[in-house]
Amino acid sequence: MSLDTDTVRRIANLARIKIEDEKLAPLADELNQIIGWIEQLSEVDTDGVAPMTSVTKMDMPSREDVILDGGCEDKVLANAPSGEPPYFAVPKVVD
Amino acid sequence: MPPVASRLISLFRKWSIKMTKLNELTIADARDALAKGDLSAVELTTSCIQAMDGAQDLNAFITETPELSLERAAQSDARIANKESRGALEGIPIAVKDLYCTEGVLTTAASHILDGFVPPYESTVTENLRNAGSVMTGKTNLDEFAMGSANVTSHYGPVKNPWKLDDGKDRVPGGSSGGSAAAVAAHLSLGAIGTDTGGSIRQPASFCGIVGMKPTYGRCSRWGTVAFASSLDQAGPMTKTVRDAAIMLQGMAGHDVKDSTSVPMAVPDFEAAITGDVRGLKVGIPKEYVIDGALEEISAIWKKGAEMLRDAGAEIIDITLPHTKYALPAYYIIAPAEASSNLSRYDGVRYGLRVEGDSLDEMYANTRCEGFGDEVKRRILIGTYVLSAGYYDAYYVKAQQVRSRIAEDFNTAFQDVDVILTPTAPSTAFAIGEKMDDPIVMYMNDVFTVPASMAGLPCISVPGGLGEDGLPLGLHLISKPFDEQTLFRAADVLERQANFTAQPKGWEINR
Repeated sequence: MSLDTDTVRRIANLARIKIEDEKLAPLADELNQIIGWIEQLSEVDTDGVAPMTSVTKMDMPSREDVILDGGCEDKVLANAPSGEPPYFAVPKVVD
Repeated sequence: MPPVASRLISLFRKWSIKMTKLNELTIADARDALAKGDLSAVELTTSCIQAMDGAQDLNAFITETPELSLERAAQSDARIANKESRGALEGIPIAVKDLYCTEGVLTTAASHILDGFVPPYESTVTENLRNAGSVMTGKTNLDEFAMGSANVTSHYGPVKNPWKLDDGKDRVPGGSSGGSAAAVAAHLSLGAIGTDTGGSIRQPASFCGIVGMKPTYGRCSRWGTVAFASSLDQAGPMTKTVRDAAIMLQGMAGHDVKDSTSVPMAVPDFEAAITGDVRGLKVGIPKEYVIDGALEEISAIWKKGAEMLRDAGAEIIDITLPHTKYALPAYYIIAPAEASSNLSRYDGVRYGLRVEGDSLDEMYANTRCEGFGDEVKRRILIGTYVLSAGYYDAYYVKAQQVRSRIAEDFNTAFQDVDVILTPTAPSTAFAIGEKMDDPIVMYMNDVFTVPASMAGLPCISVPGGLGEDGLPLGLHLISKPFDEQTLFRAADVLERQANFTAQPKGWEINR
C-alpha cells in the first residue's frame, strides 16, 4: 500500500493539520518510507492470535458514578486563549 | 566515648560532607547526611542551583524554579528539625521532565502548542514525590511530546550531552528524557524523573552514563502526565546509582484511582531488595539482540556484562525471543495511533497556542500546523492513517497481534530465567545533527528498548563502560512484570561489577 498526495491531504484533513500543497509530495515520500518499513509485519504469522489490548492482566476497575471533583470553573478557564468566563470562545460555527 | 571525642567526630563528619560538592552526592548519601543533621536541604538545593547556573549551555532545563525549590527546601529543613521528616526523599533535589503537569509551573512538553500553559493541578507522580519531601529544581527539556531519541525535536532547542570528546562537536543526550539525563550526569540535581514510552528513560541514561529505570506498566500513575502513547507511557527514575533509583521509585509508585491502568498493588520496599547477592540468579541472553549496523563494541560490552554477572554467581542461559525484530515496526504503528488520538486535544480552544482562522476548522488546522513540529506531525499523520477506515485491520490490529506475540516470547523466556540482559542502545551518543535525514535511522536507537516496552515489563539501564570513542554505554536488564525487586538486585550487582566511575568532562568550558 502506498500513499499518494491525495491520501496525505485526506489524512491531514482528518488530523486537522494544515499542510501546504507543495509540502504534500515530499511528505508522502517520507510517510511511504515509514509505511514501507512497517510492512515487514506481514511476515509474522498472526493467525488466531488475539490482539493485545491490555498490558497488565487486570479487570478495569469500576466505582460509584458520583461526582468527585468540580466547581473550579476559574481553574478550567485559566489557560484559555480566548473567551470570557464561563465560556471558551471559538470562531462562529453557526450562521 | 567521652563527649569531647563524639563532638569532634560529629564536627569532622560535617566538615567532610561540606568538602564534597554537595550536588555531586548520591541520593542515598545525601539522605543519610540530612538525617544526621550534617547537611541542610537548603545547602543541598543551593549547591544544585549554582550548578544549574553554570550549566546553561547544556540547555537541560526549559524552566528553572530556584525560588520555589529554596522555599520547599526550607520547609524540608523545618520538618527535619521538628522530627517530622517524610522519609527517604526529604530535602532531596529532583529535576522533573517537562511532561509532568506541575501546579503553578509552566508545563510545555517542549511543544510550541502548549505555549504559556500553567497547570492548575499536579501530576500524581510529582505529587507523590512532593509528599515524600523531595524538592523540585525545575522542568527539564525533552523531545517534543516525548517523540524522539536525541532531544533534537524540542521547541526549546536541543540539549547538549555533558560528555564531550576533543572533536569540538556537541553530542545528543539521547531522548526523549534528554534534559533529565543531562541534568543528572552533570550533577545539576541528585536525581530526575523521566518518562519512557519506547526507551525514553533508558536510552538517554545509556548515552549520559547514568542509571535509568522504567517500572512495570501500571506501577506508577500516568495521571497528569502529558500523554503520548497511553498503553506504553510509564514514569521512572533517572539517577546516579541503582540504589538511588530504588529510593526514588519508592517515592513515585503506588495505586491511583485517577488512573484506571495503575495497579492496586502494594509497593514493596525496593531498596531492601538490593542485597548484593545474585548467586543462582538465572540471566537470559537473547540471541536476537545481535543486529546489523550495531557497533562491535556493543556486543563486547554485552558479553562483558554477562561475564560480570556470572562472576558474581549468576547462571547465564541462552534464550530466544523470536519476534524481537518486529517490535520496532509494530511500535511505530501502535505509538503513533495512540498519539494521534491523545494529541487531538490540542486544538487552540482551551489552552496553549491559538492561530486564528476564518472558521473553527481552519483555526484547528492553523493552530496544529504552527504548534506541532515536524516529527510530531509525522507521527500524528501515520497514526491517523493506520487508524483510518480500510487500513485499521491491516495495520493497527496486525500490530496489536504482533504485540501479543512479543509478550508471549517474554512469557516463555521467563519460565526459564529471572532476568534478561541486553545492550541498551546500538551506539554511543552521536553528534547533534546526525541521523536527522532518515526518520527510520533515528527510530533504530530504540531497537533494544522497545520490545520490553511493548510487553510492559520493568527494565533498567546501568552504565556498563565506555565505548572505543570514550563515551558511555549502558547495559539493559529486563525482569518479570512487577518484579522490580529482582531487577534492582541484579542491576546493583552489575553496577558494582562494572564499577563505572568515569565522569563527563569538558562541558564546563563552554559556560
